[in-house]
Amino acid sequence: MNLPTLESINLAASLPVLILAGWACLLTAIDLFISPERKHWTAWLAVLGLLASGVALGFEAVAYSQRGAVSAFGDMAVVDGFALFLQGVFLLSAFLGILLALNYLPRHNIERGEYYTLLLFTTSGMMLMAMAADLIVVFLALELLSLPLYVLSGFAHPRLDSEEAAMKYFLLGAFASGFLVYGIALTYGGAGTTLLSGVVEALVGGGPAPNPVLAIVGMGLILVGLGFKVAAVPFHMWTPDVYQGAPTPVTAFMSVGAKAGGFAALLRVFLIAFPATGDTWGVVIAIIAALTMILGNVVAISQSNVKRMLAYSSIAHAGYVLVAVAAARYPEVEPLAVSAAVFYLLTYAVTNLGAFAIVIALERDDGTGVEVEDFAGLAKTRPWLAIAMTLFMLSLTGIPPSAGMVGKFFVFQAAVQASVGDPLILTVTIIGVLTSVISAFYYLRIPVMMYFRDGEGQANVQPALGVALALTALATFLLGVVPAPFLQMARHALLTLAG
Amino acid sequence: MLNETVFLVPTSYFVILSAVLFSIGVAGVLLRRNAILIFMSVELMLNAANLAFVAFARSLLDQGGQVFVFFVMTVAAAEVAIGLALIVAIFRSKRSTDIDELNSMEG
Amino acid sequence: MKEWTFIAILLIVSAMLPTVPIMGGRLLGPRKPNEQKSSTYECGVETVGDTWVQFKVQYYIFALVFLVFDIELVFLYPWAVAYNRLPLFGVIAGVVFIITLAEALIYAWRKGALEWL
Repeated sequence: MNLPTLESINLAASLPVLILAGWACLLTAIDLFISPERKHWTAWLAVLGLLASGVALGFEAVAYSQRGAVSAFGDMAVVDGFALFLQGVFLLSAFLGILLALNYLPRHNIERGEYYTLLLFTTSGMMLMAMAADLIVVFLALELLSLPLYVLSGFAHPRLDSEEAAMKYFLLGAFASGFLVYGIALTYGGAGTTLLSGVVEALVGGGPAPNPVLAIVGMGLILVGLGFKVAAVPFHMWTPDVYQGAPTPVTAFMSVGAKAGGFAALLRVFLIAFPATGDTWGVVIAIIAALTMILGNVVAISQSNVKRMLAYSSIAHAGYVLVAVAAARYPEVEPLAVSAAVFYLLTYAVTNLGAFAIVIALERDDGTGVEVEDFAGLAKTRPWLAIAMTLFMLSLTGIPPSAGMVGKFFVFQAAVQASVGDPLILTVTIIGVLTSVISAFYYLRIPVMMYFRDGEGQANVQPALGVALALTALATFLLGVVPAPFLQMARHALLTLAG
Repeated sequence: MLNETVFLVPTSYFVILSAVLFSIGVAGVLLRRNAILIFMSVELMLNAANLAFVAFARSLLDQGGQVFVFFVMTVAAAEVAIGLALIVAIFRSKRSTDIDELNSMEG
Repeated sequence: MKEWTFIAILLIVSAMLPTVPIMGGRLLGPRKPNEQKSSTYECGVETVGDTWVQFKVQYYIFALVFLVFDIELVFLYPWAVAYNRLPLFGVIAGVVFIITLAEALIYAWRKGALEWL
């Protein structure tokens, strides 16, 4: 039996995650000694942890550009460009998630330090997910990501909506992990290992594969489990209720972080499995993508609650990323498709966090004020807010000059390349373009409401929220106008993924 | 000492049993309306996976599967803690654990 | 199906073990019931009131805290077994794990989860 050595564990490579998880543990203890009136200290300490992790990530990125990808925990995790890029996205989302909550929590009388520590824990789960190279790590990261989010959705306890949201999220999330674990068990039985690279070898033949069929069935169950996490149809039922019931900053963070975390795993697992299973699961993913885009966009039209509308919109956006995943099935399109997917996740993260920041500004202390009508007349009372919201809505629809347009463009570009000789992907791409047009109906309703209806749109922008809004609006604008450097980063990040 | 010729049960038996347990768990989640019973069904799914892991680990002569069972067990315990805490919280405000009564949001 | 014969014999024997004495007692023993004898067996004092009382919520919190700590020990057992052969960082990793558990206990204590109100 060979015990792991310090070299094979390579703690330095996973430093950003370790710093964040360790700091979250410490902060849990420190928070016990911070008096209830000074809980914003916990928030700033959490930001400090994010910063430290970000600095470590910066060093990792520099080291990566010099020596390429390295593995950690004895090949069970890998630090490559894909991991580093997504980890950056997660840290950014967590930072914005804290800014959004800073004033929201005391306003709603739910200021508890646990919000910030749980946020750090779930972020470290997401970051671990981005580096997972073994199904055990995928499972552990997914749970580390999900468990704090279950608690966070019930954070407004004893408000009933929030408790219900937590319960629903928890039951369906646990159900999904059941599928994931059983899928991993079957894959393990079929491939003889849980290492992703080993699973590939077993699937394409050559490895010690006792039963490839078992592994392919296992992959299907893993797809179900991850499908729940990213809210793809038909595993999306929990999304609207959970997004509506959870406290708005949690919804904002969840819609971005949990989704990107789920996609990190989905991309890793299926890109590696595609060479052997593309004929079965590639087709299924394409069909799921089409269903997700249609259902998300069509049902969103009839929503009057903005949080609920953004929930259906988040289902729809999962569909667009899935188009890129389906396109990545062809080796020659893979680099383009994967960089399009992670770039899309980045644009969706900044845009959606911004949109939710405005919802938070409008939300009254009793949780009302998040209907579409509440936006009426906002252009007169708060012109800057109206401009920012218009930008976010344009970005979610995919109209220039905004990040969302660039993200969609690259996804469809990859899809069109993949559709050569694949009528299914071509159909899915056309469905994607058509549903984007449909989505304009409900997204642009809000700008129309703000500019052309009379009303006394009320908003309450506190400093931290203002900073978050400015950052997201600027990022949405910049990513839309000069996307090249960021896309270059995403591309560069992806060169070594398939290893 | 184990008598191989008499007691060797093929791996497929374990896998079939685990598949049956898993299906019972899935059916339980889909059919039951009580949060605690749904939750127990989820645990059944996880334990079905554990059985499959141990069976495969035995037939592959690999310890990875056994180790995975440890992780699944501990994560399941953490899940139980959160789940039961949520159930207690909901029960305090609703006096019920029937998920059909979780309908304050419409849409 | 030779291997199953053992299980079949075991099933029969194990079913006979409790049934034979019970049936034997019922068939052979004399029966003279009175009020005292036919009352429900109760060790200790008789129950007063309804037995379907609600447990205190504190009970669940204790149970939850116990459950988590109980299961986490799964990791300590293999650690203890392999202790002699572990490299230094393996020992440190185990210690860090125990410290984390201790921190969780302190958290539960400071949050008042261990008070029996």
